[in-house]
Amino acid sequence: MEQVTDKAYLDMDLLRFTTAGSVDDGKSTLIGRLLYDSKSIFEDQLEAIEETSKNRGAEKVDLALLTDGLKAEREQGITIDVAYRYFATPKRKFIIADTPGHIQYTRNMVTGASTANLAIILVDARHGVIEQTMRHSFIANLLGIKHVVVCINKMDLVDWSEEQFEKIKADYKEFSSKLDIPDIRFIPISALLGDNVVDRSENMTWYDGPTLMYTLENVQIASDRNFVDARFPVQYVIRPQTDDEYRDFRGFAGMVEGGVFKPGDDIVVLPSGFSSKIKSIETMDGPVEEAFPPMSVTITLEDEIDISRGDMIAKPNNQPNSTQDIDLMVTWMSNKPLQPRGKYIVRHTSQEAQAIAKEVVYKMDINTLHKKEDDLNVGLNDVARVRLRTSKPIFTDAYKKNRATGAVILIDPFSNETVAAGMVL
Amino acid sequence: MTSYNLNHLKQLESESIHIFREVAAQFERPYLLFSGGKDSILMVHLARKAFWPAKIPFTLLHIDTGHNFPETIEFRDALVEKYGCKLEVGLVEDSIKRGTAVEEKGPNASRNALQSITLTESLEHFKVDAAFGGGRRDEEKARAKERMFSHRDEFNQWDPKNQRPELWNLYNGKKQIGEHFRIFPISNWTEMDVWQYIKMEGIELPNIYFTHKREVVARDGIFLAKSPYINLREGEKWEEKIVRCRTVGDMTCTGVVESTASTMDDIIGEVAAARVTERGGRTDDKRSEAAMEERKMQGYF
Repeated sequence: MEQVTDKAYLDMDLLRFTTAGSVDDGKSTLIGRLLYDSKSIFEDQLEAIEETSKNRGAEKVDLALLTDGLKAEREQGITIDVAYRYFATPKRKFIIADTPGHIQYTRNMVTGASTANLAIILVDARHGVIEQTMRHSFIANLLGIKHVVVCINKMDLVDWSEEQFEKIKADYKEFSSKLDIPDIRFIPISALLGDNVVDRSENMTWYDGPTLMYTLENVQIASDRNFVDARFPVQYVIRPQTDDEYRDFRGFAGMVEGGVFKPGDDIVVLPSGFSSKIKSIETMDGPVEEAFPPMSVTITLEDEIDISRGDMIAKPNNQPNSTQDIDLMVTWMSNKPLQPRGKYIVRHTSQEAQAIAKEVVYKMDINTLHKKEDDLNVGLNDVARVRLRTSKPIFTDAYKKNRATGAVILIDPFSNETVAAGMVL
Repeated sequence: MTSYNLNHLKQLESESIHIFREVAAQFERPYLLFSGGKDSILMVHLARKAFWPAKIPFTLLHIDTGHNFPETIEFRDALVEKYGCKLEVGLVEDSIKRGTAVEEKGPNASRNALQSITLTESLEHFKVDAAFGGGRRDEEKARAKERMFSHRDEFNQWDPKNQRPELWNLYNGKKQIGEHFRIFPISNWTEMDVWQYIKMEGIELPNIYFTHKREVVARDGIFLAKSPYINLREGEKWEEKIVRCRTVGDMTCTGVVESTASTMDDIIGEVAAARVTERGGRTDDKRSEAAMEERKMQGYF
């Protein structure tokens, strides 16, 4: 692979992807392979894992060791927590959210998927589509990931069989028709030997599609964000109160979470409903002509209106839902189950409110995708549809429309733990 | 249709600015841990961007082992002056005098581990509820699992197996009295990103990052710079080399590398071709396989 040159880095974009899988399906080996073949592993890291492999009596270097960060994980040979990995090619910088695949770690998979543009789902060529495959796909879909790459791994163990590849592909397509993932691709690989990961396989000449690395470098993600519905949650009010030219400066700082804002645009502020015009969009490098996701900027307005953290700036003809009754899909992340009628703190963009869990509508069996209406106990790793009542209006969009204004977390007011992730329906 | 696209450096910048603002909104007494290294200089730059045209609404805190490169201290004082920041210094020396820290002995003696003691004492003294650190997940494998908002209990401990899930860009900074958070706004930056961004933005750095002549001693596969804090072992000798620092920390444990890189482009070229991680030059990480994780659990950054 080419090294990244300084000429190229100003044009590089960023792809975040998640890999879900268990110890057995070769996930850590695949990540090790991507890092190794893209020259993202350094000599001292390689030395360290060579030594560990030797100490454990392994014959060759175990690339999986590269990704096992915590002591307990190295001891038990499992991945407990989400770990983030980085590599770059001349085209893109990549952030991998490496998450454990076992059912008891659903919460970690959800965490990793929440910020991902793409998910790699690993299937063992010997076993085909199994429950875990469906679970991972369901979570990718639930968290709004638009691109899934199904890597059928360990092709070396099925004699590089095209027939086996096609069968798994057909099985996956049948089951995934129930999901709503617009872009699904299939690649036969051997993470251990490197076939079709970075370099084309010489063992599978029947496959004429791209390698995994080529796919990661070229998948189109620019249009995945919402550039239509303008949303600007106010995060912080900037008032320098200095004696210089900025004495009267009053700016609203935040990250654009949807649409495009320009100076001169008519805006409306929620919850007050006051309207004004954008005077300027400021940054330390000077004013900008437009602001779009995910830019962090500071907006100044023509009129002096009272705005504080938690308010939402939108357009008069395109506003989010303002509601105290929110319908959510939640994934539960705490050992302490959801308390019916229990009180929680809900965080949404820069807003925070009290909330009561009014009703559990149904629970999902995430292996079969069936709805369960007879068992409504929501515990760790469960996925359920829940109705919340909040203490004040929240300005939401459907998660399907906007992954930022459609997302909430629930916090237990006593333990302060984050107990659930919620996607607005 | 116009294509709305931010390059990876602008995306990382925006994520970090968002975190700075979030902390200013969610916490009462945030402090920014400033070491004088490039990562903390980058942090100050990003914090300025987050609150411009207002000043950075928090104080810088330097945990000073007394074993710094003198150039680092000069640079620190000039930066504080230039941007009108507030600075507090926690001296490891004071912890030693108080008897809460005990100096290590031997030829590899370092005050690096003692920093954690002075750090926790300083955080308590200033009643800090959020301390920004320049840690990056690509530095070391225990850091790969660190959260942006990383909870510390009243004993300053990190519990890596029981971390709060961190979803989207929704950060939960809720805590009990006596607890605090370590905040890592540049978690997602790699060494390469940091250098490229420093170049893109024209950020000033201490001159020890660039090539210079210096007396060094070869020890455990790295070169240590000559200073009053290093005693030669038998058979060791000072020799003059053309070197630069890849990271800036204590003179007792931060290795310098042979390099003729005199410009930012040279450094970026060097980083791109590097075969050893940045922390590979630090003896403190080499003490055991889980060295970083153990130090972090004890309150280290």
